[in-house]
Amino acid sequence: MLELAHFQVISAALFAIGVYGVLARRSAVLILMSIELMLNAVNVNLIGFAAFGDFTEGQRALGQVLIIFVITIAAAELALAIAIILRLYRNRSSVNVDDMNVMKW
Amino acid sequence: MITPSLILFYVAGALTLGGALVVVMSRNIVYAAFGLLASMVGVAGLFLLAFAEFLALAQLLIYGGAVVIVILFALMLTRIEDFESLSDHPQWPVAAIVAIAVFGVIAAAIVGTAAPESERVSLSFTALGSSLFTDWAVAFEVASLVLLVALIGAVVMVRSAGGRD
Repeated sequence: MLELAHFQVISAALFAIGVYGVLARRSAVLILMSIELMLNAVNVNLIGFAAFGDFTEGQRALGQVLIIFVITIAAAELALAIAIILRLYRNRSSVNVDDMNVMKW
Repeated sequence: MITPSLILFYVAGALTLGGALVVVMSRNIVYAAFGLLASMVGVAGLFLLAFAEFLALAQLLIYGGAVVIVILFALMLTRIEDFESLSDHPQWPVAAIVAIAVFGVIAAAIVGTAAPESERVSLSFTALGSSLFTDWAVAFEVASLVLLVALIGAVVMVRSAGGRD
């Protein structure tokens, strides 16, 4: 029997993998990909509750609408982050986040 | 009890988590991008298993198509041979401990909380669309504005200062 807990465990594991990627990777593009993983973990959790929770139809629809907004904001965030990374690469010839220390004091 | 949906769930879950592990572990960044693609397809499968057909389609189009392609472009425009030497940070054991702790806390919360559950229920396209365009119409318009501003901002940011070259 497929249950809510299955979706929650997958979501938690995906989020933890994303956290590991953000902390352990040095390339800015890979950190961005790990952030996308974490956003998708949230979406998996939301769809689990929208499908299995004991809710009214309006509340289920809200769950799916929230996922649409998360995907939208993730796309906007990706476009801006790629622009920043390309700009940084042009200025500093590197995408290693350890090299980006201009604000360190 | 093993049902077909449970087997499909395990397939989609393995694809999701396996792809995610390739993203964070792979030494070759192009493999990482394709791992992200596999992970996103797995999430689309999970959406299908939760009877969210529209979201599965949107997930495949937006993540499987646009996001992975944009990331591959970013890899192409930044020098790709740099990435081999950028594999893992020396602080990766700390990162692993933090990630396991995060998983532990969330898993404890899942086990400790009995959410009110029902049978798996599907939501019709009609209900989703009417909810999106009546109850949440203002948020929808704001989201479209956010996308527009973000895309214009991205174009402005990658242009050279002063419009030269």
